[in-house]
Amino acid sequence: MNVLAPPSTLKPQDFASDQEVRWCPGCGDYAILKAVQKALAEIGARTEDTVFVSGIGCSSRFPYYMSTYGFHTIHGRAPAVATGLKLANPALDVWVVTGDGDGLSIGGNHLLHVLRRNVDLQILLFNNEIYGLTKGQSSPTSRIGTRSPSTPTGSVESPVSPPLFALGAGARFVARAVDTQMKPLVAVLKRAHAHRGASFVEIFQNCIVYNDAVFDAFTAKDAAADNQIEVVHGEPLLFGRDKRRGLRLRPGRLELEAVTIGEDGVGIDDILRHDETSCVLAGMLAAMAPPRLPMALGVLYCDPAARFESVAAGDQAAPPAPEALNALLRRGHTWTIAD
Amino acid sequence: MVSAQLAAAPWNSGSGFGTFMSSISTATTLPAPSGVHAQRQALESAVVRFAGDSGDGIQVTGGRFAEATALSGNDLATFPDFPAEIRAPAGTTYGVSAFQINFGARQILTSGDAPDTLVAFNPAALKVELADLKAGGLVILDTGSFNERGLRKAGYVANPLDDGTLDAYRTLRLDISQLTLDAVKPFGLSQKEALRCKNMWALGLVYWLYDRDRRPTLAWLQRKFAARPELAEANTAALNAGHAFGETAELPPGLPGFVVDRAPIAPGLYRAITGGEALALGLVVGASLAGLPMVFGSYPITPASPILHTLAGLRQFGVITLQAEDEIAAVCAAIGASYGGAIGVTSSSGPGIALKTEAIGLAIAAELPLVVINTQRAGPSTGMPTKTEQSDLYQAVFGRNADSPLVVLAARSPADCFDTAIEAVRIATRYMTPVMVLSDGYIANASQPWRIPDVATLEPFPVRFRTEADGFQPYLRDLETLARNWAVPGTPGLEHRVGGLEKDYDTGHISYDPANHQRMTEVRRDKVAGVVRDIPPLRPENGNESGPLAIVGWGSTYGPIARAVTVLRAEGLDVAHVHLRHLWPLPANLGELLGGYDRILVPEMNTGQLLTLLRSTFLVPAEGLNKVSGQPFKVHEIEAAVRTCLAGQRPQGLQGTNR
Ligand code: SF4
Repeated sequence: MNVLAPPSTLKPQDFASDQEVRWCPGCGDYAILKAVQKALAEIGARTEDTVFVSGIGCSSRFPYYMSTYGFHTIHGRAPAVATGLKLANPALDVWVVTGDGDGLSIGGNHLLHVLRRNVDLQILLFNNEIYGLTKGQSSPTSRIGTRSPSTPTGSVESPVSPPLFALGAGARFVARAVDTQMKPLVAVLKRAHAHRGASFVEIFQNCIVYNDAVFDAFTAKDAAADNQIEVVHGEPLLFGRDKRRGLRLRPGRLELEAVTIGEDGVGIDDILRHDETSCVLAGMLAAMAPPRLPMALGVLYCDPAARFESVAAGDQAAPPAPEALNALLRRGHTWTIAD
Repeated sequence: MVSAQLAAAPWNSGSGFGTFMSSISTATTLPAPSGVHAQRQALESAVVRFAGDSGDGIQVTGGRFAEATALSGNDLATFPDFPAEIRAPAGTTYGVSAFQINFGARQILTSGDAPDTLVAFNPAALKVELADLKAGGLVILDTGSFNERGLRKAGYVANPLDDGTLDAYRTLRLDISQLTLDAVKPFGLSQKEALRCKNMWALGLVYWLYDRDRRPTLAWLQRKFAARPELAEANTAALNAGHAFGETAELPPGLPGFVVDRAPIAPGLYRAITGGEALALGLVVGASLAGLPMVFGSYPITPASPILHTLAGLRQFGVITLQAEDEIAAVCAAIGASYGGAIGVTSSSGPGIALKTEAIGLAIAAELPLVVINTQRAGPSTGMPTKTEQSDLYQAVFGRNADSPLVVLAARSPADCFDTAIEAVRIATRYMTPVMVLSDGYIANASQPWRIPDVATLEPFPVRFRTEADGFQPYLRDLETLARNWAVPGTPGLEHRVGGLEKDYDTGHISYDPANHQRMTEVRRDKVAGVVRDIPPLRPENGNESGPLAIVGWGSTYGPIARAVTVLRAEGLDVAHVHLRHLWPLPANLGELLGGYDRILVPEMNTGQLLTLLRSTFLVPAEGLNKVSGQPFKVHEIEAAVRTCLAGQRPQGLQGTNR
């Protein structure tokens, strides 16, 4: 099982199962499903070596629509199940699909620990800022004021930021993408796959039924260019329709500000370059939000470290021989009772 | 030769135990009994308890005594009683640490009802332990510690040495502190270090009292203090001085010194083992017999953690341990591992098992093998973590949402934990089902000699994964066992999806079809019920297959029931002992067997859980004998209940027909 097979030549549609997809028409999950299938084809993945593990929620139906191995587990626990799976067979390519409720509410503890352990998984958190499957209650990422059946006068709780949570947990790969932006999403998924260790990807996913248009401030056609920034390692942090806007450190303060090249004496050399190995910069980028600053997309942070299963499992030896077990049972002090 | 020492090996607990590897010890062959013991009084068995402050080296002292006793050919059982606090203030009653050993010239099944001899190193130990001492028993106490400060810390208002407290007992009042200081004077230790040798002085005296060989302990001291020869010499001198004191001093009348002859023990190679260690080793061997690696997920909890500790060092034996972030992650990782083709195991105690419940349901629905070990403790809620109970039987058999059957086994003794763990792995992999193993705080920590099996003689049960793509569907079943086929990720052509949603019987796809759910629920039930085909017909451990009275037990009540029934039958009373390892499903012939007895008495450390199971399953008028004090049954308690039953009366604490 550990022999490297040559990459497959499967097409995106070869990763689709024969099951009818049952998300609401217009749900962002469809676009993500397509992007994942495309990414797998481009990676050269093999269906038999690929496993999707999910928890509970709309997003967690994902494994049923894939032709790979799949385990639809229980609410919030997918990271723990996937950890055990990787310990049993580190050669498998394991993807965890979770949502904002599944991953950050009931399963927050497991997400924290799978990230700090750096288990070699791709963790896709579909963030729609709402509980879809249970019919629209506010979630841990819902913004203050979100009206829902459980918060009729508007949510009063501060939302958690998924990438900041991940960085705080010690994740070594944190990225972000939007469901309908196929090209950057596929690129991020491929980077997540290439990173050995826990790769955390927040995907903004539109729930057309319970929380429609909640990301419009930076995803709507007319708003996107000025309100999102695609970060690229080593490149200046530029955005805007004609890439004339950029980010720099506000002089004298540890904070980012948006500036326009050519105004107030700002030149291209004043613009900060993205360094994906900088955890501090990743945190600042992750904290940005419109309207003051653009939403950061792409690979915010990538700084690989030792993988958990390679340390915890090591090289799995074959099951021990009876002689070795006999020696184990006889460790320490023994005595013989003669006939 | 010996390679390494297991962590927390029995009889060797306490700080700084060294590996016992000299020519005396390893693979020691016992000499023939020494024959004449001129003035000594022969005993069939004896119970000794050492008690003192955590810092007095009580566990080490008990461990050395147990080792010397094993080497003298007695059968034995030991139980350590640690204080609940990690570092209780010195001299307080809640800082008392104790170690009890029962040893004899006959088979020993429990660590003993009541001590014949109590060695109390301080007033607090006397205060805590005296009530347990047999009437007329012997107290050896260190008068040097019975000063004003020691008495006050122990909460004594009057000095128990003077106020009649000890009138009902024989006492040996010795200033052990001073005698030790005198003995170790030549070695130039500090006062504090010198006083720490007093456990060896007392041990020397008890060795003389019970005619134990000092040499294994002397050799151990040399190894333990190899880096500090002056300590080795001082402890040696203390041990020898205590022994010499017994030989030469005028001891009170009635204390001639004792002798306990060798027990008829099956020949073979032995070691001491606790239940926790035996479970761990049984799991390793079980996984190997199945041909699978093991992934063990666990979260620290008293009294289950020793299993994690033992397994954590065994990576080279195909064991991967995960100290998970919580109980749920621990079981989920085990389930993920089983899904990936390993045997997933998780271990906890009752409160932790409660947290794992939902995930165990997932393993039932996904029909994956899983071993769940519950080292039970007194509850409810946090309860008394260091005290034993058998009150999670309902939880094991019934404690999940929906109709979610699994297999429940119980271990009866420390050594039996080994066989039970292997049986659990065998059933889990053969039937693709979770198996819950019930141990408890008593057998987890108790220790007994264990005849070490030759692994090559154990029957392997290799797992065969599905590899054939033709005709595959994930819930394809073995026609006999109803187990679904096990296809692991990485196998080409068998890609499939499993999960907690109900699956179609024929295709394995999600199904909400009413008839299908009925069918799947029934097949899950029938699969687990079908495990009876692997359970040999149950026979009484002792006694006849019918008669006026059967004692039916499960788990760690085995020791006291077995001993009580042996004693009573020797008196000519017609009582039988039936003991269950398989609690769900129950053995196929159990109903018929129970039907042969006029009365059925079920002693349990709960308020009647097996009782309910037996009564509801077989409609038999079983009666309960229930103890929930956090302490195991004493042999005499079972004996008394049997006598009462045979006299046609209801024992105290009886649960039964009129509840
Ligand atoms: S409820 Fe929302 S998230 Fe769920 S499937 Fe429908 S649109 Fe998608």
